[in-house]
Amino acid sequence: MALNIAYFAWVRERMGVAEEVVDVPAGMADVAALVAWLAARDDRGALAFADPLRVRAAIDGVMASPGSPLAGAREIALFPPVTGG
Amino acid sequence: MIRVLVQTAAIDVAAELDLHDAGGHGASASFIGRVRGDDGLTELFLDHHPTMTGAGLADLAHGAVDRWQIAALTLIHRVGAMAPGDTIVLVLASSPHRAEALAACEYLIDRLKTDVMLWKRETFADGRVAWVEQRDGDAARAERWG
Repeated sequence: MALNIAYFAWVRERMGVAEEVVDVPAGMADVAALVAWLAARDDRGALAFADPLRVRAAIDGVMASPGSPLAGAREIALFPPVTGG
Repeated sequence: MIRVLVQTAAIDVAAELDLHDAGGHGASASFIGRVRGDDGLTELFLDHHPTMTGAGLADLAHGAVDRWQIAALTLIHRVGAMAPGDTIVLVLASSPHRAEALAACEYLIDRLKTDVMLWKRETFADGRVAWVEQRDGDAARAERWG
C-alpha cells in the first residue's frame, strides 16, 4: 500500500525529507500503526517518532487522531503540536 | 470583508490598516505580534503547511464573524525567516461596537496559537537552534473560548 507522507517542523528535520512515498504493509489500520512502523523502519524514523505522544497527524487536510483509519487516504501529514501566533 | 493571508513578505501594517478601514467602521481593534529578540535571538523561522495553514486561518476568521457582529476582519500571518522586530501576525477586527471588535481580536490571537498549522524555530547568536514547544498556558487560553 503506497502512502504519500509529508513531514513538518522537527519531524521533517529528523526525517531528512519534506515528503516521501512510502510502501507500507497492506492492511495497515491507522495513524498509530503508521507512526510505530516508521519508528521501527530506520534510525531517522526512530529519532522522529521516539515519542508518539508528541506527534500530530492530518489526513488529506483534516486533523486526525492516532485511531484515524488510513484506508482511502491520499496524503498523511505528520508534525509536532503547533506553535504559531 | 474578510481578508486572510499567509505570506513570506513583510507585513505592511499601515497599508493593511488603510485597506481594512476603507469602509469606515465604528470600532477597530488590532493586535500586532512582533518577533522578540530575547536571549540573543537572531532568527525566527515559521514552518507552515501549503494548504492547511491558510485554511485554518480562514476557519478561525469565519468562526469570529459567526460569533460576533463583525464588519471587517483582517488576519495575516507571516511565515519563513524573520528577524527581531519583524511583524509576525496582524489581526484587525472592526465592528459597530468596541466590545465585539476587541473580543474578536482576542479570540483570533488566542485560537491561532493552538489551532493553526504553524511551527516556530528559534536561532540564537551562540549558534543554538530550537523548535518552540507548545505552552500549556496557550492551550488554556484557547480552550476558554469553547
